[in-house]
Amino acid sequence: MNRTLPRWADIILIPLLNLALAILVAGLVVLFIGEDPLRAMTLIIQGAFTPNGIGFTLYYTTNFIFTGLAVAVAFHARLFNIGGEGQAAMAGVGVALVCLAFDWPHWSLALLAAMAGGMLFGAGWAAIPAYLQAKRGSHIVITTIMFNLIAASIINFLLVGPMQAPGSSPETRSFPDGASLPTLHDMLGVIGVNFDRHAPVNISLFVALIACVLVWLLIWKSRIGYEIRAFGHSDKAAVYAGISPLKITMIAMLISGALAGLMAINTVMGEAERLVLDAVQGAGFVGIAVALMGRNHPLGVVLAAFLFGILYQGGSELAFEMPGISREMIVVIQGLVILFTGSLENLVRIPVSKLFLRFRKGDA
Amino acid sequence: MDFMTVLQILDSAMRLSAPLLLACLAGLFSERAGIFDIGLEGKMLAGAFVAAAMSATAAMPIEQGGWGMSWGAAWVGLFFGILMSVVLSLVHGLASITLRGNQLISGVAINFFAAGTTVLIGQNWFRMGGQTPQLRGHSRFEAITLPGAESLGAVPVVGTIYEQLISGHNLLVYVALAMVPLTWWILNRTRFGLHLRAVGENPAAVDTAGLNVVRLRYSAVIICGILCGMAGAYLSLGTSAAGFLKDMTAGKGFIALAALIFAKWRPVPALGACFLFGLLDAIANRYQSLDIGLFVVPVQFMQALPYILTVVILAGFVGKAIPPKAGGEPYVKER
Repeated sequence: MNRTLPRWADIILIPLLNLALAILVAGLVVLFIGEDPLRAMTLIIQGAFTPNGIGFTLYYTTNFIFTGLAVAVAFHARLFNIGGEGQAAMAGVGVALVCLAFDWPHWSLALLAAMAGGMLFGAGWAAIPAYLQAKRGSHIVITTIMFNLIAASIINFLLVGPMQAPGSSPETRSFPDGASLPTLHDMLGVIGVNFDRHAPVNISLFVALIACVLVWLLIWKSRIGYEIRAFGHSDKAAVYAGISPLKITMIAMLISGALAGLMAINTVMGEAERLVLDAVQGAGFVGIAVALMGRNHPLGVVLAAFLFGILYQGGSELAFEMPGISREMIVVIQGLVILFTGSLENLVRIPVSKLFLRFRKGDA
Repeated sequence: MDFMTVLQILDSAMRLSAPLLLACLAGLFSERAGIFDIGLEGKMLAGAFVAAAMSATAAMPIEQGGWGMSWGAAWVGLFFGILMSVVLSLVHGLASITLRGNQLISGVAINFFAAGTTVLIGQNWFRMGGQTPQLRGHSRFEAITLPGAESLGAVPVVGTIYEQLISGHNLLVYVALAMVPLTWWILNRTRFGLHLRAVGENPAAVDTAGLNVVRLRYSAVIICGILCGMAGAYLSLGTSAAGFLKDMTAGKGFIALAALIFAKWRPVPALGACFLFGLLDAIANRYQSLDIGLFVVPVQFMQALPYILTVVILAGFVGKAIPPKAGGEPYVKER
């Protein structure tokens, strides 16, 4: 099917048409509840780009880059990791343990250690489903769903028990000052740009962008990336070529879990500065939509993550401005994007391919 | 723990396992026909919402914009709840059968769509923060006292069990229980059931035999929608919630999925698995933490136990769970 389409249509036209369909259906839902979809869309975009809003938009974008990359890396090995939510949640525990362990002298040391902690816990939580998939053939989609739910129970247990700060609410102590990450306000202040000081966007955004470059190098420029892609295209052919399915499944899922885990440095360390219940807030699932829209390419993931960042920030503003529309509007759009770009893709692809074929015949 | 406490826990386990059982059997029909369905959760949620909203509307007086029905509003709710769930099932069918898309992704999408739209529309419709109005009287499915329950209740043990445990549930609980032998009979004793199982194992063979793979799979998906809609309607019309609450399925669709794997895609073990998971839930609801002498089991462990057991079963350490062979694969007719 891919052959019939030129490359630009495949990576730009089809995702955009899918997105347009998703937005169209979301608009119909808004019409159905008797509100004005055009006004809603304008409010979302305005809300996402106000001087205050952009800081939140970029903060959400950071989360979605991490979780989007996580899903994308696993997708390259044809593994569907729905477990980003649980992996990021467990990584929050890792980050919290690291941050609370010492009175950190400088944020940079704390950041490096917290990254290691988050990646370790995230990868660790992905390791068991990966091993069971590779060794015992247990379907990774089901096991990662189960692991999301198990992670929620564990964190529930930890935050009302061993890790709970003295006091009533289920959360840890606040992290020491030395583990406080510089925000974009602090960083841009150095070069004299006045960025909103209340926005939670922090240095993790740059970590996310670096992660994109590293993932690109890994998937397209390294031997292991080649093996991951080969395995994803055809596991049988890969085995003939001497690629070990166990090794590839483990590596792809460990990297995926580690990337999802890095999200915790943004939310737990960068924003809340303590571990709270439901720190992930569905970002692990948004990663699925982001990876699908971004066609599993780091650049696409950044763009799609930014789009969802706009939706999340703009969506909260929208709920203020139009009381008839609640914040769940974003979840509707997210579901529709996953539906149209992920499973109803052929709805657009087949007619577009036919159209291109007809034009080409016209040329000949 | 005395006899009455045990009975009360078992009774509450019955109530909690009924929606699991309906959803589990829904998944069973779909997955035995080769269509994976992780959208059970979403279909239940949408069914629960529409059932509550329509039941409330049907019972509302005409001057307030309702239909002014004086009896049977719950049935209106049930009908529309099922209809909603079937519509979502057809979307899943369109994606995974006709357009040969990814079945897992489609299920995830349906879950999000349902989670979002139920609150969005609910908030707009009733202006109660995403809830529906409290349902009373004929707009709910109320407990049915089985014949002779009161008089037999005096008989020790057997009579008490009959009165406390077997009698006094609502209609949908009995429907759920009746669905178990019915599902077994359909799958194992009818032509349709044979075709359905075959299409989940080897669709090419079914096609060669001159049967319509697409039609069989769509029928399975529609049956799945009907049962999921009932499961959802049970939550909003048949439990003490008496209405729709935001995200009221709270993972029950995934527990049903877990039970399906636990039961290895067979109807009678599905009853056992759902009852076990319902029982765990009932115990977790009753005791905050369970002291078993040596150490204290935290309530969170009880809540996570269905998922842990499912992973153990999936891993094949205690009897291997082998899914239908053609599950998850779209069927492409050879030319």
